[in-house]
Amino acid sequence: MMKNTNIIIVGVGGQGILLTSKILGYLALDMGENVKVSEVHGMSQRGGSVITYVRIGSDVHSPLIDPGEADFVLSFEKLEALRAEYFLKKDGVLISNTQEILPMPVIMGSTTYPQANPSQEKTVLLDALTLAEEAGNARAINIVLLGVLSRFMDWPQEKWEAAIAACVPAKTLETNLKAFRAGVKE
Amino acid sequence: MKKLMIGNEAVARGAYEAGVRVVSSYPGTPSTEITEFCAKYPEMNCQWAPNEKVAVETSFGACMVGARALSCMKHVGVNVAADPLFTAAYTGVNGGLVIAAADDPFMHSSQNEQDTRMIARSSHIPVLEPADSQECLDFTKLAYDISEQYDTPVFLRLTTRLAHSRSPVEVGERADVPLKDYEKNPGKYVMMPGMARKRHVVVEAREKKLAKDANGFSINRVEMRDNKLGVVCGGVVYQYVREALPDASVLKLGMTYPLPEEMIKGFAAKVEKLVVIEELEPVFERDIRNMGIEVSGKDKTGLQGELSAAKIRQLFGDGAEAPAEAALPGRPPVLCPGCPHRATFFAMKKLGLTVFGDIGCYTLCALPPINLMDSTLCMGASVGMAHGAEKARGKEFSKKAVAVLGDSTFIHSGITPLVDAVYGGASTTTVILDNRITGMTGHQQNAASGKNILGDPAPQLNLEALCEAIGATVRVCDPHNLKEFTQILKEETEADHVSVVIARRPCALLDKRKKEPAHIENCRNCGACMKIGCPALIKTDKGVVIDHTLCVGCGLCKQVCPFGAIQGGEE
Repeated sequence: MMKNTNIIIVGVGGQGILLTSKILGYLALDMGENVKVSEVHGMSQRGGSVITYVRIGSDVHSPLIDPGEADFVLSFEKLEALRAEYFLKKDGVLISNTQEILPMPVIMGSTTYPQANPSQEKTVLLDALTLAEEAGNARAINIVLLGVLSRFMDWPQEKWEAAIAACVPAKTLETNLKAFRAGVKE
Repeated sequence: MKKLMIGNEAVARGAYEAGVRVVSSYPGTPSTEITEFCAKYPEMNCQWAPNEKVAVETSFGACMVGARALSCMKHVGVNVAADPLFTAAYTGVNGGLVIAAADDPFMHSSQNEQDTRMIARSSHIPVLEPADSQECLDFTKLAYDISEQYDTPVFLRLTTRLAHSRSPVEVGERADVPLKDYEKNPGKYVMMPGMARKRHVVVEAREKKLAKDANGFSINRVEMRDNKLGVVCGGVVYQYVREALPDASVLKLGMTYPLPEEMIKGFAAKVEKLVVIEELEPVFERDIRNMGIEVSGKDKTGLQGELSAAKIRQLFGDGAEAPAEAALPGRPPVLCPGCPHRATFFAMKKLGLTVFGDIGCYTLCALPPINLMDSTLCMGASVGMAHGAEKARGKEFSKKAVAVLGDSTFIHSGITPLVDAVYGGASTTTVILDNRITGMTGHQQNAASGKNILGDPAPQLNLEALCEAIGATVRVCDPHNLKEFTQILKEETEADHVSVVIARRPCALLDKRKKEPAHIENCRNCGACMKIGCPALIKTDKGVVIDHTLCVGCGLCKQVCPFGAIQGGEE
């Protein structure tokens, strides 16, 4: 059993956040770990901010991760990375796509998109959109980021790939594996 | 191997293993997936009912003739189902009857934060509350045993963080539960006064027995650790407490109504200080105080929102404050690109209408840039409210007002107020946003969608014929024919009769037609297209640009551009 590991996944509704947390949950269980995953369904999926929590470890009780308690934040969008940064431990790792998706208040011109970069010491920023497109589908950003996350965890790559295979539709598997491997290499 | 399941899936699995035969529900976040997962088991007959009252009446009918039955709903759905439920508590059951009710503290997807534990107390229906997915499965099965043993419907109460959290579950086999014999028994099932008076006596006796027996139920358990602080809690809050106060002694309530008085008294005697940690109403706290036990908790936790380990640590532990979120531009949910509601509301805005709104994705039209909703109360309220407004302010008011609700919401609770408006000689206008699906809860079929819960063809309710039979004048139009739709809306709001305008166009997420994205040339940056509030349109200094990854080519922006600068998309 590993010590408690807290992973937060954030992005914009429709980016495949729920699927990502499902893959991670499946993988943790497959590795013999205790795991809890918390999701938000419903209204917040309509293009709003979405956050899911994945907690792995033998003495995990709460399905939620409190501010300052996350080991990893995996963000599919830059503003959402900034929004979720306060969840990280001091030595936690922020992994974020550099893509900017403008929220409605910015689209309408009532405010501007923040220009700041995340201030977390351990930060990995990458253009996951381009990597996903190169793998064959712009929607595979989530799997690219999983590939990056896998570098920080002790689980064998074939287990990651098996979890992806168990959770994505068969016809998208090849693209998703390409996307994952792109993330591993990045 | 264990399976990772959300609480809702585990409840469905529990129902399957308990031998449930009939499931009748109405979708509502965070309860919807229970019934969707139930439908994957062919042994259970599952159907989306038009509303929660019909759902409970259907499952009660099944239970009366001997089958185990289930109805699932969100907390506010319990209000709709309250009429049959309160009296089903009197009749009791034959086959087991369980009502899975999912509360939504913090209102992630709801209009209020009511607490089903309160309704349980007023209806005299016992409540089981699991704390993780394994308990969701186990407690569902137990609920059927309790239901049949004590002759009562049973609430299985969930909250959002339980319903939508995954944790490992060990699954079992389906029990072979035969239909129980049905014998005519008017004294039990015909609730006229003389019989109901006798049944009320039974209800009281049953509740007392259950409260006494609850002291021995293994789902209520004491975990003794340090005796300085004892915490009474239940449901997912138990998990937060274990995380935040690992040394505290805990009385974990699995049955949260009626409460085990002897067990609580024994626990209170063993700890120096007793607190209740519960979300929403001070339900346990009041009950425990009524037992003559000194207790506190609500003075710190308050009535609103969700708890968390951090919050509990701050209030009852070391007092440390968690870091706060940075001030950043918000990202509120928006109508999807291509959503038919966008055109409908644009037309209403153009006509300057007062809009009595309802429950659905279209509630988002209360937000910028559409800003058009005047009210949202409960399922179906729009139609009756428009009628009431006319009674108060006269027919002239109705010429500039509409009631707006979705197809599923209309079927749920909009039909009877339409009957009332016609009967009352009103001249209200109701717009049915007929996108052929129950959208916001994640695309459930309904009586007007032509398919059943499995996606197989089903008889299709004819909304036009229904509304005409009620006595309303009915017009049908695709709102993306913006000019024609606006004209129809103008004529019908100004008309002196009750009208129903059916804005018919499928949900954009289900519209499989491939369309080219729109494109802009020579934009004069007048901002007219920005008024539709489409997330694919982005205002820049050099003019509006279209995000081709978002645009679905619905062509609405093309219709509102006064300079013909937008091309492509649907004709």
